Amino acid sequence: MQLTGAQALIKSLEREGVDTIFGLPGGAILPVYDPILDSPIRHILVRHEQGAGHMAEGYALATGKPGVAMVTSGPGATNIVTPIGNAHMDSTPLVVITGQVATASIGTDAFQECDITGITMGITKHNFLIKSAQEIPRVVASAFYLATTGRPGPVLVDLPKDIAQSTMEWWYPESIDELDLPGYRPEVAVDDADVARAAELIAASERPVLYVGGGTLKSRASKELLAFAERTKMPVVTTLMARGAFPDSHDQHLGMPGMHGMYSAVTAIQKADLLISLGARFDDRVTGKISTFAANAKIIHVDIDRAEFNKVRTADVTLLTNVAIALRALDTAGATPQNLDVWWKEINTWRETYPLVYDEPSPDGPLRPQHVIASIAKAAAPGTIVTAGVGQHQMWASQFWQFEEPGTWVNSGGAGTMGFGVPAAIGAKVGRPDRTVWCIDGDGCFQMTAQELVTARSEGIPIKVAILNNAYLGMVRQWQEMFYEERYSEVYLSAELPDYVKWAEAMGCVGLRARTLAEMHEVIAQANEINDVPVVIDFRTDVTEKVFPMVAAGASNDDIMVHPLLRGDDQ
Amino acid sequence: MTPEPFLGEVDATPVRHHILSVLVENKAGVLARIAGLFARRGFNIYSLAVAPAEGHARFSRVTIVVDAQSAPLEQIMGQLDKLINVVAITDLAPKDAVERELLLATLPINEASRAEVLEVTTEHGASIVDVSPDSVTVMLAGTPGACDALEKALESFGDVALQRTGRVALPRLGQTANA
Repeated sequence: MQLTGAQALIKSLEREGVDTIFGLPGGAILPVYDPILDSPIRHILVRHEQGAGHMAEGYALATGKPGVAMVTSGPGATNIVTPIGNAHMDSTPLVVITGQVATASIGTDAFQECDITGITMGITKHNFLIKSAQEIPRVVASAFYLATTGRPGPVLVDLPKDIAQSTMEWWYPESIDELDLPGYRPEVAVDDADVARAAELIAASERPVLYVGGGTLKSRASKELLAFAERTKMPVVTTLMARGAFPDSHDQHLGMPGMHGMYSAVTAIQKADLLISLGARFDDRVTGKISTFAANAKIIHVDIDRAEFNKVRTADVTLLTNVAIALRALDTAGATPQNLDVWWKEINTWRETYPLVYDEPSPDGPLRPQHVIASIAKAAAPGTIVTAGVGQHQMWASQFWQFEEPGTWVNSGGAGTMGFGVPAAIGAKVGRPDRTVWCIDGDGCFQMTAQELVTARSEGIPIKVAILNNAYLGMVRQWQEMFYEERYSEVYLSAELPDYVKWAEAMGCVGLRARTLAEMHEVIAQANEINDVPVVIDFRTDVTEKVFPMVAAGASNDDIMVHPLLRGDDQ
Repeated sequence: MTPEPFLGEVDATPVRHHILSVLVENKAGVLARIAGLFARRGFNIYSLAVAPAEGHARFSRVTIVVDAQSAPLEQIMGQLDKLINVVAITDLAPKDAVERELLLATLPINEASRAEVLEVTTEHGASIVDVSPDSVTVMLAGTPGACDALEKALESFGDVALQRTGRVALPRLGQTANA
């Protein structure tokens, strides 16, 4: 069967089980947009290519399946660089197709030419520049295989226009042996000797902590984690990338560690004699000053990527495998710590002394951002998916929402990409139409990508967006208040400009606003009644609110600052 | 035929330098991927040589001398291994490797210096590969230490144009490399 390269590309995507492409056409990718009309694949037409990338990420994080985005060459390709970099930092499986100028024009500074494989070399797991139509099936199959196996990540496929227009004899690789990837061996087998050494460390431990990272979600190891934790009685912390990997309602869960982590989670790590890192990477936002991080703890480091071992913290035992396999192997080996009653008594004292708190909201406003999130969460259907931008609202969302299952928390962790929330929510809702999707956003973040609500409305994707509008770039303001002597430089945004309600309405969404407690409860109830169009709520929140607990940048986790309400004379 | 008076000399490579013999797929952009990785991770490359491997059209061998003080060797190898086009990495400690490098140098000569140039060339096991009335090009294929010694000896001849290839290496026979 003779196909054009464009047809072969779309057919290859169908063979990979793709049901949705997020994209925006342009000159170089034009040939590929023609066969989309005849394909069962749904195409979501975005308003900016960055939106396509973040939607594909939201789709991937909510479903566990790879997200797919397609854009044209030049500026289309550079506009999707931020989502690619974001997905790279968070190990999110993504396949991005970019159009490229015709082969003969490459290297001539042709119209809308850019070296996108060169630009994305450092922020993709791998990328391909297709050289002939005949190799399209192999490249697409390889892209999906690479994106979804081992440590997942974004893979970019650059397709020159003339190759999309040329013809090929249709074929498709039947197995990975036909992929021609001699240098790629995603290892998953666990070494028995390493497991035995890990079991010995566990057996000697009196103060262990399970330090759960994003790799636990990526390897779908939540069941194994629950079983292992309940059998061993170990306390669990889940990083920003692992929220939902272990139920927040579980008594053994101490919450999130790190810069804005729970006091008990941060302190348990600091006092631990054994840290079992499960697909976490000792990020600086978790460790604080590395030399004082969990200074007396032995380290068992489980990761699928051997370059993570001893990168930040030297491990005592490394297990090069995925988290599910490692936990099953440790269970089989009967790895059991000492009696943890004393350890739990200590941890429970921290939990009782330093819970998450916020100031009582005044009935007339301004609203407390933490209270807004807790109120939305309380009124939300079970299994609601939450997305966030980056900043104070993201930290509060992670702190005050109860995550009970994988795929319910979608956020930008490693890269910290403002504007992630709205498009990620759209992608999550497309992937999980049965779920309610709330985007908890900040006013600064919302302004970066809000135009994708036009996409949401026109494509019939009814997400709900809560803007915690404090009129500032709140996290920057918090740092300027605390560390720059309240010298507020370029952080004021205004609560009234833009008018978020009018803006929402102009985009075909329902726009609501709440300034008082009564209004807050009313608009949340209203939003929950609307399931046909997107809803945007402008919550007017207190500008002075800061995220606590907090470990200052570069400070030791021992110097964690708790909320002013909890401070005694020593803080 | 080139004599090899410096054969067996192994002390020229500082201990902190490691030689990575990296088998890569012979695909466009592979060198850029390696160079880019070293640049963005802050790993220092001391020298680098690339050529097709063992008569393959499909693979090339890249010999990279890395500064293992700029980053731990484990980290350098772990990150390199993640490049999809990298097929195999062999770490050769200098004492376990046979290393060779090619040096070419063009230097001015006149009646007064001709004899001395010939003497230095012979003494270092180099050979003369090109001549003109007022200059001469010498070549040495030898250990990095031999090349260092010749380079130093040539300094006194004035305006010398000199080019070295960077070293290539294979495991010393009877040694087991760490793959």
